[in-house]
Amino acid sequence: MISRRHLLQSAGAAGAAALLPALARAQSAASMLSPGVPDGIASYVTMGRLPGKQPLIQLADRPPNYESPLEYLRTPITPNDKFFVRYHLSDIPEVKAEGYKIKIDGDGANTPMELTLDDLKKMPAVEIAAVNQCSGNRRGLSNPHVPGVEWGYGAMGCARWKGARLKDVLAKAGVKKETVEVAFNGADGPVAEKTPDFIKSIPAWKAMDENTIIAYEMNGQPLPHFNGFPARVVVPGWTGTYWMKHLVHIDVRTTPQGGFWMKPAYRIPVGIFPIRDRFLTQEDATSTPITEIVVNSLITSHRDGAKVKAGKVTLAGMAWDGGYGISRVEVSTDGGKTWSAAKLGEDLGKYALRAWSFDLSVKRGKTSVMVNATNVIGQTQVSKLLFNGAGYHNNVMQNITLNA
Amino acid sequence: MRTIVIAFAAALLAGTAFADEQVIKLKPGPGLDKVEGNCQACHTLAYIPMNSVYMNAAGWSAEVTKMIKAYGAPVDDADAKAIAEYLAKNYGS
Repeated sequence: MISRRHLLQSAGAAGAAALLPALARAQSAASMLSPGVPDGIASYVTMGRLPGKQPLIQLADRPPNYESPLEYLRTPITPNDKFFVRYHLSDIPEVKAEGYKIKIDGDGANTPMELTLDDLKKMPAVEIAAVNQCSGNRRGLSNPHVPGVEWGYGAMGCARWKGARLKDVLAKAGVKKETVEVAFNGADGPVAEKTPDFIKSIPAWKAMDENTIIAYEMNGQPLPHFNGFPARVVVPGWTGTYWMKHLVHIDVRTTPQGGFWMKPAYRIPVGIFPIRDRFLTQEDATSTPITEIVVNSLITSHRDGAKVKAGKVTLAGMAWDGGYGISRVEVSTDGGKTWSAAKLGEDLGKYALRAWSFDLSVKRGKTSVMVNATNVIGQTQVSKLLFNGAGYHNNVMQNITLNA
Repeated sequence: MRTIVIAFAAALLAGTAFADEQVIKLKPGPGLDKVEGNCQACHTLAYIPMNSVYMNAAGWSAEVTKMIKAYGAPVDDADAKAIAEYLAKNYGS
């Protein structure tokens, strides 16, 4: 089913990359970084070319961690070839559709079973536009810095995910009423024998949510290899850590999953973030798993320090949250004293990116621009970082300068 | 350890066919051989400059310990000490 060899690149992508001199590639990559990431990144970073992908910011090639530059996030649906790539472990097989199976078992399943890709495609299909955001998105902007993959703004994207509902899949196996969690494993694994395999669990109630799906299509195409082919879990509203790629095992559990990647990894301090979705079977007195995405926005039309012409400048970007929906986006040009409402773009659903735009009147010199998004339950971005050791949930309002 | 060596060799072989392979030249200095000999079995050396320069010696030491205790990296005590010292001296704040 799975060939344990690394994916070979397409000759075309390699050829295009080779045409660019190494120095030019490095300079162009450094200019793609988000302001505030650790300065060591610029010393080595290049725009990497993965098979089937446009150039992405190559933070790491093994395991592959590639970030989308800001400019790739200018549309509310991120094209597959511009979508970021994130892996924890380096042994990544090329999983073939033929022979691919998802095993469903566990002490909470009445009838252990296997599903092929065809089985999955024969089930009622749903399509949902949802943001896939790495838990560590913007970790690199943490002040003080914290160790990890030092992502800037681009460990995120939004796609239309099509697949079968997880609850329908679980119904086939029969879920016992004692079930508390549903855990996922993917085909990728560790290099060292003792490295914990990447296994992630979600509460039974989230597994049964009608929006939680096993997706086999992304924006109308089969999932790209680097985004989880043949099928991945999609947990709209929750950070990417639960969106298991290359899904091969669903473990229906009557006890909490006890692996490294649930604890101590991917935890936030209890009480500091305005989170509604709690994962109680994994919570302890001081820490709890990261769950829903906090309300956030990003200016995508201009980078910090951009040169513009005095006069009318249209500022634009995206806003998103954990699935409550964006109610307004506001812009301030006086350091946050007064705010004006931006125009919201098309609503692609409560889990999707929401485009916004705002016409500024820019005078000669420097103009500071801040943006703040608010969701339908009244949550807003923060003006000061809610520091935590893993660098999660950074939704500090951006404050960029335009030079006219 | 043998499995690590074999896996690493396999990764290197695969790497030769992978034009996108990252080339990371770390600063020369005592302990670099231990860094190269241990760390890149599982991951690119890019994680080192990526996480610099902001960690002090205690921070780098904690990272090395995390790799061994949490991620099961088979690194012996002497190598771990040499790696932590190299990182603190060359990529520490």
